[in-house]
Amino acid sequence: MMEAYAAVYAFALLAVAFAALALVAARLLRPSLAYARKLSTYECGIPPSGTSEVKLNIRFYVFALLFLIFDVEALYVYPWAVTAREIGAVALAEMGVFLAILFLGLAYAWARGALVWEG
Amino acid sequence: MGILLERLPGITKGLPGGQLLLTTADYFIDLSRKSSLWPMTFGLACCAIEMMASYASRFDFDRFGVIPRPSPRQADLMIVAGTVVKKMAEPILQIYHQMPEPRFVISMGSCANCGGPYYDSYSVLKGVDRIVPVDVYVAGCPPRPEALQYAVVKLQEKIARMGLAKTSGASLQQERGSRDVAAEGPRIEPPLPPRTPATEK
Repeated sequence: MMEAYAAVYAFALLAVAFAALALVAARLLRPSLAYARKLSTYECGIPPSGTSEVKLNIRFYVFALLFLIFDVEALYVYPWAVTAREIGAVALAEMGVFLAILFLGLAYAWARGALVWEG
Repeated sequence: MGILLERLPGITKGLPGGQLLLTTADYFIDLSRKSSLWPMTFGLACCAIEMMASYASRFDFDRFGVIPRPSPRQADLMIVAGTVVKKMAEPILQIYHQMPEPRFVISMGSCANCGGPYYDSYSVLKGVDRIVPVDVYVAGCPPRPEALQYAVVKLQEKIARMGLAKTSGASLQQERGSRDVAAEGPRIEPPLPPRTPATEK
């Protein structure tokens, strides 16, 4: 059973080795001449003005948080789905309890307006 | 050039068949450099329209490997297309310095070559080669898209003559070597050549 994963490991190793080889070869082969004017901040040729801070909207955080929680929930449903039939009604009830608890969390987020993008 | 390639001419001098190795390395490095010239297009005036036409589908530029990049950090060629006014000279110089080596400049159209029809103007820079070293000049007002593509072909031929050993190159920085260009130290900006009739074309 585990020998089926040998191809996966070999492929992952090949991917990492390819990226490492490309970066190392480029570092060894490219010219490098650093001076102050070349390292200065690019702003279309004019002297840079102002700060480079970006104010992010909090909605992105809320969106990412909700996605993470429900994505992990879906991840737990996958192995249950392949073995539920042979376990029987007990598995169905257990998964029902799990989904009901998480649904309460979704209802709370919904009531608090976290699912609405505008406003 | 990089850590490995700077030592290569010295290493291959002692080896039998070292010259062949050097010319083979030259060939492949020049091949990869000329086949993916990414310009930072500096469209300033009417020549920019012809440059856009040469990027578009009728006179496709992508078949040369030429992909326009909006940032000098990702470009190795600067096509100065249009009239250079004196107010624009400082941004052009700043952007030229922000391009990584090896970098090349194509001067497109009469205005960038010598001031063009605005030669008597008080505000026009009489040719962009007064501030940056130019590799290929394209005549025309504006030059046709085929003329600009011919200029890229000529630049590719020039790049094919570049070599790893110093004083064998096609561009000024290749001649002097990337570490020699900064005369007084690695952190000083390299001096650009004065405009004389003997400057390489």
